Amino acid sequence: MAIAALAGSTVTQEAPRKKSRIALILLLPGIFYLVLFFIVPFVSLVITSLQVPSATNFGQFDTAFNWQTYVDVVGQYGTQILRSFFFALLATVFALLFSYPLAYFIGVKARRWPLLQGLMLVLVIAPFFISFLLRTLAWKQILSDEGFVVSALKALSVLGPQDHITGTPVAVVFGLTYNFIPFMCLPLYTTLERLDVRYLEASNDLYAGPFATFRKVTIPLSLPGIVSGTLLTFIPAAGDYVNASSEFLGGSSSTMMGNVIQSNFLVQLNYPAAAALSIFLRAIILIIVSAYVKRSGTDDLL
Amino acid sequence: MNKRQLPADPMIQRLIQQARYSQVTRRTVLAGVGASAAALALAACTPGGSQPKLSPAADKSATDKTLTWANWALYLDQDDSGKYPTLIEFEKQTGIKVKYDVAVDDNNTYYAKVKDQLALGQDIGADTVCLTDWMVSRLINLGYTQKLDHSKIPNIKNLNPNLKNVDFDKGRNYSLPWQSGFAGLAWNKDKIPNGLKQVSDLWDPSLKGRVGVLSEMRDTIGLIMLEQGVDISSKSWGDTEFTKAIDEFQKQVQSGQIRNIKGNSYADDLKNEDTLAAIVWSGDVTSINAEVGSDKFGFAIPETGGTLWSDNYLIPIGSPRKSNAEKLINYYYDPTVAATVAAYVNYITPVQGAKEAMQSIDPTLAENQLIFPNEATLATVKGFRTLTNAEQSKYSAQFEAVGLGA
Repeated sequence: MAIAALAGSTVTQEAPRKKSRIALILLLPGIFYLVLFFIVPFVSLVITSLQVPSATNFGQFDTAFNWQTYVDVVGQYGTQILRSFFFALLATVFALLFSYPLAYFIGVKARRWPLLQGLMLVLVIAPFFISFLLRTLAWKQILSDEGFVVSALKALSVLGPQDHITGTPVAVVFGLTYNFIPFMCLPLYTTLERLDVRYLEASNDLYAGPFATFRKVTIPLSLPGIVSGTLLTFIPAAGDYVNASSEFLGGSSSTMMGNVIQSNFLVQLNYPAAAALSIFLRAIILIIVSAYVKRSGTDDLL
Repeated sequence: MNKRQLPADPMIQRLIQQARYSQVTRRTVLAGVGASAAALALAACTPGGSQPKLSPAADKSATDKTLTWANWALYLDQDDSGKYPTLIEFEKQTGIKVKYDVAVDDNNTYYAKVKDQLALGQDIGADTVCLTDWMVSRLINLGYTQKLDHSKIPNIKNLNPNLKNVDFDKGRNYSLPWQSGFAGLAWNKDKIPNGLKQVSDLWDPSLKGRVGVLSEMRDTIGLIMLEQGVDISSKSWGDTEFTKAIDEFQKQVQSGQIRNIKGNSYADDLKNEDTLAAIVWSGDVTSINAEVGSDKFGFAIPETGGTLWSDNYLIPIGSPRKSNAEKLINYYYDPTVAATVAAYVNYITPVQGAKEAMQSIDPTLAENQLIFPNEATLATVKGFRTLTNAEQSKYSAQFEAVGLGA
């Protein structure tokens, strides 16, 4: 088309009404995928969330328009909802604090030694080779009451004689941080790896101290990595249910939204409540993420 | 609409015109509505609402000599190499290859896993599964089980008469007991040398944060209610009594006294000593002791009473291997086989004659109250009464809320 236009034909030539058919055909698999695996389940979830319990059979529900479920679940599980976002926020901050120096070292300082760089990257990714369920269970053993860590902390009087780690919020936030560090580290590494150190030199030449350079040059340049890293950590962490599950590191004082949904779906068989919570979780995350992306001015990431 | 003058450049003009076409028109809105309606129609196909009556799957046992048996952990005799001797003997006798699947950790979670297939009458990947009375009652009511052919299970004559006419399955047409047991107290003998006598011993301050209870509501709340003087088997109690027990439970969870609320996986917590005292199922303690290689854990029925329950075989509606499953059930109703299993799992066998058979296997076990309880022992335990649907939803929501800290 563009070539035809460049050829300088008449101005009145009609614009193409339809987009190319080939483009549509190429889009079909993607659209099909989205409809089948996103839209249909989502609509089904919405319908479920509005159902009412069947009068005759336990665990069965009839289609209705009972939006009251949403009000009920938010009222009933307000603490768990707030706790989920709080834990996810803490885990994101800790993961960032831990990953940034690590990614900076791999991406910037280790540039001179490609072998070391590669080795360190492998070390960051290596935990992925083992199921994260197993790794979390391993932590449960390490942090268990008669384990080394707790005994040592008790000997140092950091923990009281009856204190423990597993089943507490500390263990859950620890587990979340640990499990999501690679998701934070890798995006940070990819942006820091491209960081042009000449900017840092220039900043230094212009009498900026190391801290000012870091704040005004390094951070803004690595912002895309920080934003995608925090998103990749925060979103799954808010909905995570493994770490906070009592089978793993959590307990009844540290339950998160995922556990509430699991309990409603699998134990109480209260599908409308579970569906309403899932939709609520999704909506809140969407709002938080859009606000965050808008504020950090990196719309082109999405 | 007030159209602004287009720029003169023909290429830009074309681009603008094209962009205008791609804006939302009435037609695209309509198309969007149509797509959503289609999605809605698709979504409506997902199971929910009332189902038509299910019919059992066609029995292919004559040609298909396999069987999958889903069961709980620590629930079948096992040798050191992890094999199941009685099951191997069954395979030898019948030529049926059995897959023994330790798939059940908790009635609720297992039900949640298979309920959609059951509702559609499909194979759930198990041809027979052993579940607890109340869950079996639900499955039978929903029509999710196949009717047993008693003529193919001649050993049914050995069934303990007390278990023949249960309220959820009169005459045992759909289910047969596998094992029965008690919920009671277990403790780590190294750490608690004096042992535990009643449920309130679990609330001792020295055990703070080291107590586990079962995620099976009827056992945990049942024991607490028994201590509060409620007869859990009678219809006389209701919301008041249940809530009183829940309040006690909640108090202990919130104060941090109770740390774990779990299904069969409580065994791990006892072994790694996160849990020092717990509400557990009777026979498991013997199996856990066998695993740790010493007589480390003790078990007792609380002085105020324990709960009595049975796990029952049933054949899911979608299983095409019903006759194979019936052969298996028949085999395990043989007194000698039942005694062999009981000697290992230490649960109460429903098979009459097993006690006599036990005399030749291990005479001391024939007097073991956990396997062959006498009248005096049975007087100390009670079965949890059947709950109505409304009670079931209300009580399980209350029970779960405590575990979730809500």
